[in-house]
Amino acid sequence: MRALDPRLVRRTRSVRPLLATDTVLGIATALLVLVQATLLARIVARAFHGTPISRLWLDLALLALAFTIRGALGWGMEVAGRRAASSVLSELRLALIDRRLRDDPASLDGAESGEITAAAVQGVDALEGYFARYLPQVVLASVVPLLVVAWVTVVDWESGLIMLLTLPLVPIFMWLIGRYTEHRTRERWDALQSLSSHFLDMVRGLPTLRAFGQSRAQGAALEAIGERYRRATMGTLRVSFLSGSVLELAATLAVALVAVTAGVRLAEGDLPLQAGLTVLILAPEVYLPLRALGAEYHSSADGLAVAERMFALLDAPPAVRRAGSLPAPSPAAEPIRLERVSFAYPGRPRPVLDRLELELLPGETVALVGDSGAGKSTIAALLLRLLDPDDGRITVGGVDIANCGLAAWRRMIAWVPQHPTLLRGTVDENIALGAPDSVAAEAIREAARLAGADAFIRGLPDGYGTTIGDGGRPLSGGERRRIGLARAFLRDAPLVILDEPTADLDPAAVEVVSSAVRTLQRGRTVLLIAHRPELVESADRVVTLAGGVAWPRVLVEAA
Amino acid sequence: MTGTLRRLLGLAGAPRGREALSVSLGALTILLGVGLMATAGYLISRAAERPAIFSLTIAIVGVRFFGVSKPVVRYLDKLSSHDLALRVLARVRARVYDRIEPLAPTQLHGYRDGDLLSRSVADVDALQNLHLRAVGPPLVALLAGAAAVGVTCAFLPAAGVILAVGLLVAGALVPALSGRLARAAALREAPARGLLSAELVELLAAGPELAAFGAEHAALARVRTADSSLVTIARRSAAAIGLGDGLRMLVTGVTVGGVLAVAIDASAAGHLNRVEIAMLALLALATFEAVAPLSAAARERSAVVAAGRRVLELTDRDPVIQDPATPAPGPEWPFTVALEHVWARYPLDSRDVLEDVSLRLEPGDRVALVGPSGAGKTTVVNLMLRFLDPERGRVTLAGRDLVEYRQDDVRKMISVAGQESYLFSATIRQNVALARPGAGDEAVERALRRARIWDWVEGLPEGVDTRVGERGRELSGGQRQRILVARALLADRPVLVLDEPTSHLDPDAARDLMDDVFAASEGQTVLLITHRSEGLDLVDRVVALEAPRVPAPL
Repeated sequence: MRALDPRLVRRTRSVRPLLATDTVLGIATALLVLVQATLLARIVARAFHGTPISRLWLDLALLALAFTIRGALGWGMEVAGRRAASSVLSELRLALIDRRLRDDPASLDGAESGEITAAAVQGVDALEGYFARYLPQVVLASVVPLLVVAWVTVVDWESGLIMLLTLPLVPIFMWLIGRYTEHRTRERWDALQSLSSHFLDMVRGLPTLRAFGQSRAQGAALEAIGERYRRATMGTLRVSFLSGSVLELAATLAVALVAVTAGVRLAEGDLPLQAGLTVLILAPEVYLPLRALGAEYHSSADGLAVAERMFALLDAPPAVRRAGSLPAPSPAAEPIRLERVSFAYPGRPRPVLDRLELELLPGETVALVGDSGAGKSTIAALLLRLLDPDDGRITVGGVDIANCGLAAWRRMIAWVPQHPTLLRGTVDENIALGAPDSVAAEAIREAARLAGADAFIRGLPDGYGTTIGDGGRPLSGGERRRIGLARAFLRDAPLVILDEPTADLDPAAVEVVSSAVRTLQRGRTVLLIAHRPELVESADRVVTLAGGVAWPRVLVEAA
Repeated sequence: MTGTLRRLLGLAGAPRGREALSVSLGALTILLGVGLMATAGYLISRAAERPAIFSLTIAIVGVRFFGVSKPVVRYLDKLSSHDLALRVLARVRARVYDRIEPLAPTQLHGYRDGDLLSRSVADVDALQNLHLRAVGPPLVALLAGAAAVGVTCAFLPAAGVILAVGLLVAGALVPALSGRLARAAALREAPARGLLSAELVELLAAGPELAAFGAEHAALARVRTADSSLVTIARRSAAAIGLGDGLRMLVTGVTVGGVLAVAIDASAAGHLNRVEIAMLALLALATFEAVAPLSAAARERSAVVAAGRRVLELTDRDPVIQDPATPAPGPEWPFTVALEHVWARYPLDSRDVLEDVSLRLEPGDRVALVGPSGAGKTTVVNLMLRFLDPERGRVTLAGRDLVEYRQDDVRKMISVAGQESYLFSATIRQNVALARPGAGDEAVERALRRARIWDWVEGLPEGVDTRVGERGRELSGGQRQRILVARALLADRPVLVLDEPTSHLDPDAARDLMDDVFAASEGQTVLLITHRSEGLDLVDRVVALEAPRVPAPL
């Protein structure tokens, strides 16, 4: 249980002012605790000795005021924490998104991006718990006990001594117990998580369970599994709660000890009443912040987990180097060569490309065929510099594209991925992806026409102004593919990369898309990735990536 | 809200006795703390009168008793409340499962994409906090507060009244106010959060294309706009949400001051012993511990109720598909399966997916069903499994309408490997053997062999005991499909339905798989649903489904 991740202080601007605020408010709170106790004791003691109520009104009003200010200070710490939480997460998520798009645009699959989004948006709840509840408690736990003990020593040194002797026991206990329970807590948490995902798995698979007549048997097992888990968990809890109780016992016994000794000394006339009451009222305040800190363990763990996740994502090594700034020769005039290019995806044992040699001559269409997983799409990503090779290089006219300006090189390429992504916006805006704002509406229409998309777009409720993408009008697979092709026509780049342009389409759509592809081929260098035969015949050459992993070297066959 | 809460408590079905025990222990913990401070206050005041030490003995014993027993009772309290939460969780899961089991899959439509489903599972999990954080704390506060007020009244009724009013304000009004402020803030934030999430999801999903087309800056600008509007709203709400704890301190101060004032007054008038002033003041102060968690509990309660309402919406659906009162005896193989002039639509859908479709499968027939996506091919499977009843027309088995049989008797006859089939996060063996619990190793191996994936499985370090990951994530598309086929073959039922079994395979592999499956299913009725050409030469007949009038986008 670390108090504060130093990376949070180092890498976000919003945390430092929060720490300053919390420290000031924390010290003020501690002082108010002393004022409050002293006032209360003073009122009671004076009334005890016969002071009439009429002369105590001022003290009573001050007491209520002290409570109010203490409440306001706590409120201030919480507000500061919440505001900081939302700023910190905002800083982290903008940095993360920026970095992802720049350095690692290709690395995300759907599941991971859902997870990142959850951490980057919903994570604020966990960070609020951390900054608004845990962090103030850390400040209070380090300030209040010390100030209270100091003041008690001033009022009555013997009680101060009792507290001083019992107080260090508390952090030592906390540390020991923290180490012990942290492990147990995490184990329990993991078990709970896996129970929850087991339930989710079953509910998702319900149709299959029903089809095979297994759904009721599995349902009956569900409650039994929950019962078994409960019994196991209660076993652990019995032990880990025990240690928490020992800690509380130390605290309440200390209060009792202070009260009894003070009582005896009062009876013997060694202590004035006001001092005795002050000491008694302050005694629980010594231990309270420390115990409250322990109770916020989950806030701390959850908040740090969010920060940890964000930092891990931010610190992942970049997939694309951005060193170069040379002007890139145009693939319209110069050949592109992949020279002994190797690439392995992180976490996979075998390279997907192994010393691959491939040449694309200006104006020719090369069809790249091979089993799924053979590395066809990886070649597209390498050409686009969404990834960089682990070894070898890609050149155009003899210049390594890694040394060329990234944006300038990508401007040479039009890419039609297998499932073009629709962005939330109009059809117009989607086709004009990456085009300058000044692009003419007529140019967009022309691109759509060439892509065979004009007819269906005109049939949409608002034509080119129809909103598509998430929440907009849904498009079929073939329609999306044609939007992707229209993007490529509008971009009018010398190199075109087409990834499985006809996969999963019904025969009518295959016809439309194939003829658009043939139009696109004219006058451009084209890399056509396919495992279906329809389009391969229009290629000048067919290159086969053999056997998933190209080893010892890729077979290049002329058709 | 209270109606929903009551229904949720019913759903949770926690044993009344345990509920009562948990609340009593919680209240007792607080009262022991109150007792410790009150007795200690009395002890010190009494001691100031310098009596003989032995006359303090009872107070001293009391202080020690409270000091020792509070941690013990707190320990029991924590155990019993966690026990209760875990019981509730286990029971709620089982009950929700029982309720939605007959709804799957067609009445869980719209839950198919998984996100909604995982959210409702998270909602079910949230219900474990029902007692622990939402219902428990107010009851504990009520019990402990009433006891403390009662004791105060016994000494000085006016002080008791002040304490009661203070506790009510801090325990009811303040949490209601802060709950309301928090809800308002969440409502303000929700659209901005939703927008930002949508922007992020889109931007991350489109990352490669945005980079390739040089469109990163425009996309980043959109995210920045969404981000800054969320941050502005959140910062504005921050002040409102934390107000509860601050207000509680204010009320505590005023109440303690009030109790002191009447106690001092009563003592001057001789109605109250002066040694009891400190006792009453400290008692009041300590009692406010009972209402401290209530602001958070109010927030928690609205979250739990919102989650619970979504769960109830799901469990309130009555299954449309029911077994008949007097079911016909199960069909005897060989039999004919037929769709007779069937119109079909999904619940909550306004559009027919099938219009006047007829299909007849004689025993041993091999039929391919082809058609563009959205033509309703998968709906034919749902009808045959009786996951859906036709709007018009009928589906028959051995000449009888499916609705005359028990659902289990129908499904026992058909095995399906298809797009909607699910791989569980378990081992390959468990996933395959699901079709026939108790199937031996040999049977599983034979099925995997016939699906042409045994060689690959055998080569894995853990063989058939390899785990496939969530939804079979560790496998490729082709491997998933073959394991699903193996499962359907192992089931060994008279009718075999293959829904797009080769969509992830290249032509040669698809061809091989179809050859093997047809060889392995000799004598069975086979329905092959596909939009590809592989296997079409192996069937007796090809039936085409046309797209319905409105094309259904994917």
